[in-house]
Amino acid sequence: MATKASSASARLMISPAVLLLFMWMIVPLAMTLYFSFLRYNLLQPGDNPFVGWENYYWFVTDPSFKDAMFNTLILVGGVLAITTIGGVILALLLDRPMFGTGIIRIMVIAPFFVMPTVSGLVWKNLFMNPVNGIFGYLSTVFGFEPIDFFGQIPLVSIIFIVSWMWLPFATLILLTAMQSLDQEQLEAAEMDGANWMNRFLFIMLPHLARAITVVILIQTIFLLSVFAEILVTTNGGPGTSTTTLTYLIYVSSLFQFDVGMGSAGGVIAIILANIVAIFLMRMIGKNLDA
Amino acid sequence: MARAVSNKTKIINTVVGGTIGFLIFFPILWIFIVSFKTEEDAIRAPMEVLFSSGWTLDSFAAVQARADYLKHFFNSVIISVGSTLLGLVIAIPAAWSMAFVPTKNTKNVLMWMLSTKMLPPVGVLIPIYLLFRDLGILDSRIGLTIVLMLINLPIIIWMLYTYFKEIPSEILEAARMDGANLREEVLYVLTPMAVPGIASTVLLSIILAWNESFWTIILTSAKAAPLTAFINSFSSPEGLFYAKLSAASIMAIAPILIMGWFSQKQLVRGLTFGAVK
Amino acid sequence: MGRITLKQVQKKFGDVEVIPPLDLEIKDGEFVVFVGPSGCGKSTLLRLIAGLEDTTSGNIEIDDEDATGLPPAKRGLAMVFQSYALYPHMSVRKNIAFPMRMAKIPKEEQDRKIEAAAKALNLTDYLDRKPGQLSGGQRQRVAIGRAIVREPAAFLFDEPLSNLDAALRVGMRLEISELHKRLDTTMVYVTHDQVEAMTMADKIVVLQAGVIEQVGSPLDLYRAPKNKFVAGFIGSPKMNLIEGAAASKHNTHTIGIRPEHIEVSTKSGDWKGTVGVSEHLGSDTFLHVNVDGFAEPITVRISGDIELKYGDSIYLTPIAEQLHKFDDQGQRV
Repeated sequence: MATKASSASARLMISPAVLLLFMWMIVPLAMTLYFSFLRYNLLQPGDNPFVGWENYYWFVTDPSFKDAMFNTLILVGGVLAITTIGGVILALLLDRPMFGTGIIRIMVIAPFFVMPTVSGLVWKNLFMNPVNGIFGYLSTVFGFEPIDFFGQIPLVSIIFIVSWMWLPFATLILLTAMQSLDQEQLEAAEMDGANWMNRFLFIMLPHLARAITVVILIQTIFLLSVFAEILVTTNGGPGTSTTTLTYLIYVSSLFQFDVGMGSAGGVIAIILANIVAIFLMRMIGKNLDA
Repeated sequence: MARAVSNKTKIINTVVGGTIGFLIFFPILWIFIVSFKTEEDAIRAPMEVLFSSGWTLDSFAAVQARADYLKHFFNSVIISVGSTLLGLVIAIPAAWSMAFVPTKNTKNVLMWMLSTKMLPPVGVLIPIYLLFRDLGILDSRIGLTIVLMLINLPIIIWMLYTYFKEIPSEILEAARMDGANLREEVLYVLTPMAVPGIASTVLLSIILAWNESFWTIILTSAKAAPLTAFINSFSSPEGLFYAKLSAASIMAIAPILIMGWFSQKQLVRGLTFGAVK
Repeated sequence: MGRITLKQVQKKFGDVEVIPPLDLEIKDGEFVVFVGPSGCGKSTLLRLIAGLEDTTSGNIEIDDEDATGLPPAKRGLAMVFQSYALYPHMSVRKNIAFPMRMAKIPKEEQDRKIEAAAKALNLTDYLDRKPGQLSGGQRQRVAIGRAIVREPAAFLFDEPLSNLDAALRVGMRLEISELHKRLDTTMVYVTHDQVEAMTMADKIVVLQAGVIEQVGSPLDLYRAPKNKFVAGFIGSPKMNLIEGAAASKHNTHTIGIRPEHIEVSTKSGDWKGTVGVSEHLGSDTFLHVNVDGFAEPITVRISGDIELKYGDSIYLTPIAEQLHKFDDQGQRV
């Protein structure tokens, strides 16, 4: 359908989408960038003078920044590790013949569809609460001291909750990729004398490598923005032990009302996300060519 | 494996798979159970909760009475469905033209659109918040609908694009050879073949909008708060609240769990941007 | 009805000239086959006639009227695609009815024609099924049925048999040929299979890289190929082409002789060689003979009854009247 009349109308049809997304992206981004160079606090009306890199300096040298970066790293890294390894194992398991595959799949997939606020609150109260939660109950049954999850190991608890939600995602993707593996390749390997471990290491894993990379990249982008789970469980605390970069910026902006600092933080977050995004876009681009 | 697998192996696999699946699913099951209990029963030992306490609908009623649950439920529905429909109106023409009249820029435009989804929301938190405040659309359903539409637009366009591309162009050519003009071609051949794809996209978009937990919390307070924000209010509770939390939660997640079951394939397609087949 | 004339038709994709300016005439009622290797432009040419692609320059006339600017719907042609291109969401009945619906033909007439087409194509039992429930051959027939009810000036076939298995292909070939006899409508047929071309065509157009190498009846092309390309393309197994000393003896650069036109003897002949691989088809046997001094093995057809083994000595003599001569440009002398 490569006739000339269509090209003009085609451009017309794309323009609303392009325009909207452009405005959604460029205008706020430009404003954030602009604000980051001003001294602008909503609680202190008056001039908003241009102060150069001052906001960045204060944001980065604030002790909570170091904690936030550290926590972000731990959170993202921890969830990635759990979901990727767990995802591969679950995918291997679900790929096997069994009865009731449909039901088991539904059970494994379900957590991804639970909204983050529900997730956080349910885990925190019904399970991790040392007095009334199920984990607490099980501990006493076995004679252990119940762990105060959010008091003693808040970041780990959040990692646990977020992993619970994202494990289905990783599993689903890896399972899909696994099922696209040509059975004949595996059979050929078997004829060549490879046992299960060999087949896994030399054929399945390389085939999955691409999917694993995608899972890691996409999850990283979304995990950097984890918010609701922290909000409903710890509000970033105790202290700053569960404050991530996203949460820190939120606090700066909407609690301390420091537009300038919050914007500086926002720019940093964007740069971070962009680094990951570049790799992801390359992979997508290669696939679009195919 | 095309070879016959012994029933014994299948049973072992089922037990292992079933156990793991059950453990993963357990929290959801648990809140379902607890939502039918009274608050006093809810905090008893699990076995007692399960077997020796009565079932009741009190918690559901209490949730509705205390905080007008239904209003928040409708807010969620309106902004999810609204943002999806709005997105469709913009996305269908865009995806159509990219799929059927591609130019050498098409791939770049598509990739750029996807990249806007990778923007961390905190990066634009302040401008959007200030903008909404100044425009008077903070805590409004309209404002939320627009934001959610913008967030999901890249995915909607992407998914529609892939579905449109799957329609064999030969069939459209056959329609042209059969004497159909453009309108007839779109109406009688293209649309019926695209409907399943559009339906899948709608499903995924509603799910993503329903569960969105950043903007829906930050940009709302009392009036337009959807379920995500409403559940947030349980984080600072007064008194016993497990049963009420469970009741509220189950009602909040049930629709999506059901929809989610139908959209597994779409999930892979939509959220990996085609990098995994 | 059904005369198609191409005048200086040229097609470029961007800067690449896929079909240099080309002239062709197709008479009313003819069965014309476009044949050639992959990428020779035969499908492109068909699509230009159909109107699915625009010409870069040149005119296409259908029944002496200029159709160059007309969209496919208005050219009065019908096309059968390689993948059949059936509408998956419509039943067979609705698929066949579709073109008539577009032409706003009254319902009773539509039904009549559907019944007639279904009977002619053995589809009556399948009218209410969807394409997904049909076999390849059945789908093929639905595609043909859909084309027939348009009562077009000409039928266009784009490699319709490529997706069928070998046995089915032979059967469908006969059915399409019979259809042509019955309907007496022009058919333009594209294939890469020279057997289909030879068995079905009134006129064959051999294409290479967008250029018409030769146009003629199957026997014309078989007996008098204009150049080495056509000589090697038509006829299976391929004509033997020999250069060097053997050719100079006949005062040309290259001589050609078909496998079926070589006499074989164990005692004497023009060329001496050793038997290589032999292919036994039962009715015929094809020997690949390594002749002394020839660069390539010579393919010879002998009757199935004679038995010669690998390594046997053999003498080949080409039948003089069947010898083809080509100059150093590959053109027929």
